Formats: sequence, structure tokens, C-alpha cells
Amino acid sequence: MTKTDWPAQIFDVLRAQGITQVCHVPDAGHDRLITLCNAQNDMAVTTLTTEEEGVGLLAGAWLGGERGALLMQSSGVGNTINALALPAACQMPLLTIVSMRGEWGEGNPWQYPAGQGAPKALEAMGVAVFRANNAEDVAETVEAASKIAFSSNKQTAVLLSQRLIGAKSF
Amino acid sequence: MAGQLHRRDVVAALLAPRTPDTLVIAGLGSSAWDVTASGDSDRNFCLVGGMGLTAIIGLGLARTQPNKNVLVITGDGDMLMGMGSLATVANVAPRNLSICVLDNELFGETGGQPTHTAGVTDLAAIAKGAGIPLTSTVRTEGELKTIVGSVHNEAGPQFHAIKIMHEELDSPKPPLDGGYTKDRFRIALLGEAAAVGGFRG
Ligand SMILES: Cc1ncc(C[n+]2csc(CCOP(=O)(O)OP(=O)(O)O)c2C)c(N)n1
Repeated sequence: MTKTDWPAQIFDVLRAQGITQVCHVPDAGHDRLITLCNAQNDMAVTTLTTEEEGVGLLAGAWLGGERGALLMQSSGVGNTINALALPAACQMPLLTIVSMRGEWGEGNPWQYPAGQGAPKALEAMGVAVFRANNAEDVAETVEAASKIAFSSNKQTAVLLSQRLIGAKSF
Repeated sequence: MAGQLHRRDVVAALLAPRTPDTLVIAGLGSSAWDVTASGDSDRNFCLVGGMGLTAIIGLGLARTQPNKNVLVITGDGDMLMGMGSLATVANVAPRNLSICVLDNELFGETGGQPTHTAGVTDLAAIAKGAGIPLTSTVRTEGELKTIVGSVHNEAGPQFHAIKIMHEELDSPKPPLDGGYTKDRFRIALLGEAAAVGGFRG
């Protein structure tokens, strides 16, 4: 059986959804997707100093007429909390893809609090949360979340399970 | 040292040369009231929350609208909260983005508590250190005139810390409904279809 190349599938979904702005604080789980985006000339990839910048950057890009996606690690979700008021109050779309840590077989105890809290924090701020546990589910989950975000001016997050990315031992 | 310039005069001077190609993002509180006092416009996006995000919203807009001039007007408290965004702005380096900070050295909206610029912090030096090529601290009418020219005519990214005095002023409100403000801005910039869900921009 060939392994599903889910990062390449996410990339294809982002292209098909017309997403031209990608921003991130990197995580190993997003490394391949970031590389694919960087290689694409008509995609603007921005490295952020903190994840909340991504919420603001994509709001500005949306004001200017472009669609974007924010890539972050679960530990970055907490950094975005107050910033999430911006797309909520302005009914702007937001699509974020979160690579999860602090769950499946995590070896770093410092990842647990933010990993366990991430979905609850997102939901508390009104973000609709979807999860992909298996490689086969990733593409359609990202596509579904993207459609909801951009057709309904909603904020959506896709959590990429740590089971998918692989547990990290320390 | 606290400034002598009046914030409403500063903002009026900054906006006087604006054209339909000038897009303004105003930071929460006093900056949003100042921009509104100079005339409500469908090409203004005034924040009433989202502290710390004004400059980075300006970056997202500047990047997607390279033929428009994007002007961020915000307070020192807001800029201090989003200081990392200066590094992001500098690395993306859009030619069409100017950030003007109305630096009263106070959190004016919340009772006038001193900010870090009342102490030892120099925002223009931070912007320069972040890598923004054109930076200044403005204290006089003459210096203000110079930067009004550069904001409207010279390549960015630029950053100007404008030292203003603390004043108790009225608060002319921009539209507080963010959904309306956003749709109004996008329709002005992108056309009627921009208000429709699913619009591809
Ligand atoms: C995250 C967050 N923390 C605190 C506040 C409360 N607050 C509202 S306006 C403001 C001060 C803004 O100061 P500055 O940007 O310097 O503007 P000024 O009113 O002095 O022009 C603060 C702290 C807030 N709105 N959001």
C-alpha cells in the first residue's frame, strides 16, 4: 500500500480553493506543506513572529481581496485568542490548519497544556473545529473547512492529529 | 519627552493629500476617532478592538493591493503590543506601506497610564532595528510636513513615531459593526460582488 502524501494533498486543496496567502510560525508537521508553498510563485508565504499576526495578516489580505490560510502548531493557538475577535467581529473568513502536539504519544510534557487546550480555546472564540485523524481524511477535511470559511465568512480550524504526524519522543 | 503636536492636526495633515488610492487602517481607540474626525470614508478600516494587530493588517492589505498606498495610523500602546509585526513588515518590505504611530507616551483610552515610550523605549529605533529602511521620530510642524510628503510620495515600508501631547477630546465614532465596515471597505475597493459570500477576490 502506498502512503498517502497528505501534505501534498493539502497543498492541492489550497490551490483549488484559490488560496494565495499562506502564513505560519513553522512546525515540523507543516514543514513539507511550507516547502511546497514556498516553491509556488503565485503564493505569498509569510513567516510570522507570533501566530496572532497571522490572524491580522489574513484579515488585511481579505480586505484586499485574497484568500489565505494560517499554519500553526497547537502551542500557537493560545497566542491567537484575542486576535480571533477580529474575524469574528467583522464576519471575515479564517482558515487555520493546526498540527497537533500534546496528545498521541507525546514525549514532551510541556506540549500537553496547549495541546489539550487548543480545541477548547478555538471553540471558545467561535471557531468551528474539524479534526483529521487519518491520512485519508486530511484533504477532504481541509476542503470542507475552507468551503465553510470562505462561503459563509466563518472561522474554521483543521486539527491534524498527532497520530497522523507521528509522536515525538524526547 | 512628551510631544507638542496636536493629534487631530497631525491626522488631518497626514490625510489631507489622500486620493481614492489611499487606504487607511486605524488602530483601536483614539487613533480610530482621529481618523474619523478627519472624515468617515469607505476606504478607512477603523479597529475598535484587536489591539496589537493594526500594523500587520496593513501589511496583509498592502501585499494584496500593491498599486494602492496603505497608511496605518495607530497609538504607541497598540504598536508596542504588536512589535514583532515590525520585523514581519520589514522582511516582506512592501513599498506601499507606511506606519505612523501617534505617540502620546500613554495608554490614553484607559486612563492615561504611561507606556514604555514614556520610559526608555524608542519606537523608531525598534522599527529601524527590525529592518524598516525609512524611519523617523517627528516632533515639530516642519518634521511633520516632511513625513506627510514621504508617506504619500516615497517608497516604503516607512515608520514614523509622531510625538503628540495628551489631550482629552471627543470621540467621533466610526461604524462599530465590523461586518459592515469590512463589507463597505471591500465593496469600495473590489466592487459590489465583494460583499457576496464565496467571492474569489
Ligand atoms: C488586548 C487588549 N488589552 C487591553 C485593552 C484595553 N485598551 C484599550 S485601548 C488601550 C490603550 C491604547 O493605547 P494607545 O494605542 O497608545 O492609544 P491612545 O489612546 O493613547 O492614543 C488599551 C490598553 C484592549 N482593548 N485589548
